[in-house]
Amino acid sequence: MENESRVPISSNIDIVTARQHGRKLALELGFEGAEVTLIAAAISEVARNIMDHAKRGEIILANVRNGNKQGIQIIAQDEGPGIPNIPQAMQYGYSSRKGLGVGLPGAKWLMDEFFIVSHIGKGTTVTMRKWLH
Amino acid sequence: MHVPILKQGDYLIASVQSILSDEDLLQLRDDLAAKVGKFRSRAVIIDVTVMDVIDSFATRTLRAIAHMLKLRGAETVIVGIQPEVAFAMVQLGLTLEGVGTALDLEEGLAFLSTHSKRSIKHGK
Repeated sequence: MENESRVPISSNIDIVTARQHGRKLALELGFEGAEVTLIAAAISEVARNIMDHAKRGEIILANVRNGNKQGIQIIAQDEGPGIPNIPQAMQYGYSSRKGLGVGLPGAKWLMDEFFIVSHIGKGTTVTMRKWLH
Repeated sequence: MHVPILKQGDYLIASVQSILSDEDLLQLRDDLAAKVGKFRSRAVIIDVTVMDVIDSFATRTLRAIAHMLKLRGAETVIVGIQPEVAFAMVQLGLTLEGVGTALDLEEGLAFLSTHSKRSIKHGK
């Protein structure tokens, strides 16, 4: 993957760093105005999810291509406790611990594609993409 | 980064100068709660013009600040939410329910002056 950049997440300030890197990459790829902010907001929520549940993890930002489409891919991965019930975690307003329960479902709404893979005791990987239109 | 808080008559004006971490936001909350007491302020304006994203945590904290200051007897007005930031907040389903908002600092001051006059008239 070209332009890949990795941001380790282990404190709240890293959330800001991840979202600034995401904003920069989105602008380089040709996203504009509101879309850049939507991408930054989605990164903020998945990075926050790492902090809240796993304490540490990583955000991997990259450009992605599918045929003629170009876009940004954001992977948020951690080796935390894992999500026991993904449909429940994706319900708007559901929060297992703290927070508004907005993070993951909110991030899904902001992006074009959104997948979660989670294994109990091993961790969670969220992959999301937004395409240039 | 620390948010400077200016005293302007009965009001406090907190202008966010750079992107804030979670700790900075919590610090702002504590500073405002203390300063409202110290200066006996009746209203607080928080200028968030430079905030690049107002995510779930920032929304929850701004709401908490406004509700907390209300309990201390002061109104809060959030000013300067940028159009893209507002758009992302709506997409995330985030609201600042029960919190005053205005376009910019000027409108925020206007909002407070009509708001406080009305409060006196109706004895609220």
